[in-house]
Amino acid sequence: MTIVNYDPRLVKSKNPYPKGPNDWKRFFSFNTDAKVIGIQYIVTALFFLLIGGLLAMLIRGELITPPSDLFDPTVYNGLYTMHGTIMLFLFLFPILSGLTNLLVPPMIGAPDMAFPKLNALAFWLVPVFSIILLLSFFVPGGPASSGWWSYPPISIQNPLGKMINGEMLWIIAISLSGISSIIGAVNFVTTIIRMRAPGMGFFKMPIFIWTVLAAQLLQLLGLPALTGGAIMLFFDLTFGTSFFRIEGGGDPVLFQHFFWFYSHPAVYVMVLPVFGIFSELFPVYSRKPLFGYKFVAVASFGITILSLVVWVHHMFYTGTPMWMRNLFMFTTMLIAVPTGVKVFAWIATLWGGNIRLTTPMLFCLGGLFNFIFGGITGVMLATVPVDIHVGNTYFVVAHFHYIIFNTIAFGIFAAIYHWFPKFTGKMFYEGLGKVHFALTFIGATLNWLPLHWAGLLGMPRRVASYDPEFAIWNVLASIGAFILGVASIPFILNMVSSWVRGKSAPPNPWKAIGLEWLLPSPPPHENFEEDIPTVLNEPYCYGLDKPFVEDEQFYIEKSLKKH
Amino acid sequence: MNTKIRRIKKRGFSKTFIIIIAVILNITFSLLMGYWSYSWLPIQASEAAHYVDNLFAFETTIGTFIFLGCTGTMAWILVFNRAPKYDESNGEPLEGNLKLEIIWTIVPLLLVLGISTYSTSVNYKLENLGSKVKYDYGAEAPFIEEKKVFDYGPIDVISRQWNWEFVYPNGIHSSELHLPVDKKSNFRLITEDVIHSFYVPAFRLKQDIIPGSIITYSLTPTKKGVFRLRDAMFSGAYFSENQTNVIVESEEIFYKWIKETVKKELQNGLNPAGSLYQKRLRNGNRGWATVKPAPDPKVNDAGIESRPHDS
Ligand code: HEM
Ligand SMILES: [Cu+2]
Repeated sequence: MTIVNYDPRLVKSKNPYPKGPNDWKRFFSFNTDAKVIGIQYIVTALFFLLIGGLLAMLIRGELITPPSDLFDPTVYNGLYTMHGTIMLFLFLFPILSGLTNLLVPPMIGAPDMAFPKLNALAFWLVPVFSIILLLSFFVPGGPASSGWWSYPPISIQNPLGKMINGEMLWIIAISLSGISSIIGAVNFVTTIIRMRAPGMGFFKMPIFIWTVLAAQLLQLLGLPALTGGAIMLFFDLTFGTSFFRIEGGGDPVLFQHFFWFYSHPAVYVMVLPVFGIFSELFPVYSRKPLFGYKFVAVASFGITILSLVVWVHHMFYTGTPMWMRNLFMFTTMLIAVPTGVKVFAWIATLWGGNIRLTTPMLFCLGGLFNFIFGGITGVMLATVPVDIHVGNTYFVVAHFHYIIFNTIAFGIFAAIYHWFPKFTGKMFYEGLGKVHFALTFIGATLNWLPLHWAGLLGMPRRVASYDPEFAIWNVLASIGAFILGVASIPFILNMVSSWVRGKSAPPNPWKAIGLEWLLPSPPPHENFEEDIPTVLNEPYCYGLDKPFVEDEQFYIEKSLKKH
Repeated sequence: MNTKIRRIKKRGFSKTFIIIIAVILNITFSLLMGYWSYSWLPIQASEAAHYVDNLFAFETTIGTFIFLGCTGTMAWILVFNRAPKYDESNGEPLEGNLKLEIIWTIVPLLLVLGISTYSTSVNYKLENLGSKVKYDYGAEAPFIEEKKVFDYGPIDVISRQWNWEFVYPNGIHSSELHLPVDKKSNFRLITEDVIHSFYVPAFRLKQDIIPGSIITYSLTPTKKGVFRLRDAMFSGAYFSENQTNVIVESEEIFYKWIKETVKKELQNGLNPAGSLYQKRLRNGNRGWATVKPAPDPKVNDAGIESRPHDS
C-alpha cells in the first residue's frame, strides 16, 4: 500500500536566513525558503499588475475617442506592447510561480523545493529582467513597439539604427524570463515527482499538483523554441544575420512558428494552474468531493498533449495551405473536449452542495462563468472561415482577455484570498473582498464584452485610431477599464491592512481537506518537519468518512499547539 | 439528511417539468441569438460572407445553448443550494458518475468533429487563397500562372508602410480598389516592407501579405457599394491609418472607370500617414522612433480620402 517516494535526505535543508522566520528583511534577501520565495514572487507580480494596469488605463484613454489624440501613434504602440509584455511576463507568470512555490511543498508534504538555491535564482531573475524591460522606456527611440509577438520584419526595423534600443532590451528581458521559467519548471517537476509524502500516489495528489505538473512539463517542452527564436531575432536585430530577414534569404514566417509553438502552450501554462485552483476550491466551498477526480486529473494531460499541436490556429491567414488549416482546426477543437470534462465536473461538484459564497468562492464562480464564455468564443476562433473574418480584430482581444483576465486573474484572486490565512497567519476582511469581487466582475464584463462586437464589425486590434462606427463599444470598454482600476483599491487596502492587523487565522479556517490545512498558519519553515503524514485516500472526501491521512487527529492537535 | 431526500422526492415531478421548460426556453433563446447574430456583422458583400455568417450563426446558437445550460445550472445551484449561515455540514457526497462522464466526453467530441467537418467543407467551397511563391529580395515579383479560373485580373495589390496601391492589368494605378460586382477577381498580394494584411470586413476575408513572397488570391464581390479595406496586421507607427476603400460597381461602370482612368496623368495618391508624419516633424518630431513613411504613391486615380463607406 505505501508508496514511498519520499527522500528523507531532503528534509534537512537549513534556514539560510539567520534571524529566523519572523524577520521581514528575509523577503529582501536571497532566501531559499519556498514560502518566502512564493511571497516574493506574488508581491513583485502584484506591483507589476499595477504598472501594467496603469498602461491599460492609458491605452483605454486613447481609445475612448476615435482619433489618435492623446498620444503620438508611436507612443501608443510602445504602450500597448509594454502593457501586454508586462502583464504576461512580469505579472502572470511570476504570480503563478509564486502560488506554485507556496502551495506545492505543503500540499505534497515536502519541506521545501527540490533545489532551493535554483529556486531563489529563478526568482531573483525576475527583478533583473523587469528592470531591463522598464529601462527600455528611457532609451532613445522608446521601448519595443511591435506588439508582444514581436514579429519580424517590423521588430527588426530599428529606425534609429542604434545598437542599444528598446527592442533589443525587450528580447534580452524575454530570454531571461524564459531562463527563469525553465529553472522553475525543472524544480517544480522534480519536487512533485520525487518528494511526495508517503502514500501519495499520483491518483492521490491534489488536482492543483496535477495541473502544475502538466503546466510545467509544457514549459520544458515549449520554452526552448521561444528562447531559440528570440536568440535568432536578437542576432538579426543586432548583428544583421538573416534568419528572418528576406534580404539574406530568411523567412519571417518561420519566426511565427517558433513564437506560437511556445506561446500557444504558454496560455495553457497559465490557465492550467487556475483549473487546479478551481478544482481545489469548489469542493471546499460546496462541501462535496470533486466530481470525477480521475477524469479531471487525466484531462490536464490531455490538454498538455493537445496544446502542443494547435499553434497554427494563430496563423490561419498567413498563407498557410488549406490542408494545414483544416488539420489545425481539428486539433484545436479537440481541446474543447478535455476542457469540457473539467467544466462539467466543476458544475457537477457544485450540484447539490452546501454552497458558501465567500470571497474566494465568488471569484471562482465568476471565473468559471467567464471561462465558459471565453471557451465558446475560442471554438469560434478555431473555425477557420470565422477566424479569417475576426482574426486580428478586437474579437480576439476580447476573447483572450476573457481567458487571461476574466478567468486566470479571477482564479488567482480566488487563490490569494483562499490561502491568505494559511501563509500570512491573518484573516482578511470579507466585506472588502466582496466589494473587490463586485467591482472586478462589473468592470471586466463592461471592459471586454462590448469589444466582441467591435471585432465582429471589423475593428482591427492594435489601432490607435478607428472609424467612428466603433466608438460606442470603445466608450463602454473604457468605462469598464476605469472601474477595474478602482477595483484595485479595496484589494490593496484589504491585503495590506489584513496582513498588518488582521485577526489571526486558525490552521484550517475553511474546514478544508488537504495537507496544507493540517499545518499551523503560517506553516513552520520545514512544513511537517519530522512528522511527515502518510496519505491514505484521495483528496476531497467531504462527507465520505474516509480520512485523508493516517492519524489525522495528531496533526490537527499539533497545528493548534504551534500557535 | 432524511428530510432533504424527502424534499427532493416530493419535488420530483415538478423538477422534470422545470427542466423541460428550461430546455425549451434555452433552445428558443439560442435560436433567437443565432438569428440576431447576423445583425452583429457588417453588410454581406462577397460570396464568402453568407457562408461565414451562417457558420457564425450556427456557432452562436450552439454556444448560447451551452453557455445558458451551464450558467443556468450554476444559477439554479446558487439559488437552491446555498448553505444557511453557520451551516458547515457537507453536501451529498457524490464522487462521480461514469455514465455521465462518458456522455460529456463523447457529446462534445462529436459536436466539435461536426463543426470542423462543416467548416472544412466551407473552406473547400471558398478557396480564396491561391499559391504562395517566394522570390529573391529586390527582384520583380514573378508572374504566377493561376490554376483557378477567374473573371478579372490579376490586380497587383501593393502594400506599404503606410499606403495601398492597386495596379490593374492594363497598367493603371489607383489608390482605391475598384472591382466589378459578381465577377471573380484575382489578386497578386505584394508588400514592399513588412507584413501587412488585406482585410475587407464586408467581404469577411483577410489575407496576410508576406515580404519575400507573392500570394495569389481571388474573391467575388456580390454587392455594389463602398467598403473599407483595413490593414489587419500591425505594421508600425501609422498602422491605424493604413486603410483605403474598395469600390464595387456594376461591370459597365467599372469598365468605364478603367477606360477613363487610363487617360489620367499620374498624380500623388492617398497617403494619410505621410501628412501625419509631416505634421509630427513640424511639431518638433516628438514621440518614439519610427521609420519614415513611404512616399506618396504615383497613381492615375488618387481616390477620395473621406469617401463615406457602407461598411
Ligand atoms: C485593467 C485591465 C486591462 C485593460 C483595460 C486591458 C486593455 C487592453 C487593450 C485595450 C489591449 C489591446 C491593445 C491593442 O491591441 O491596441 C490589450 C492587449 C493585451 N492585454 Fe490587456 N488589459 C487589461 C488587463 C490585462 C491583463 C490582466 C493581462 C494579463 C495577462 C493582459 C494581457 C494583455 C495581452 C497579452 C495583450 C495583447 C497585447 C498584444 O497582443 O499586443 N491585459 N489589453
Ligand atoms: Cu493559441
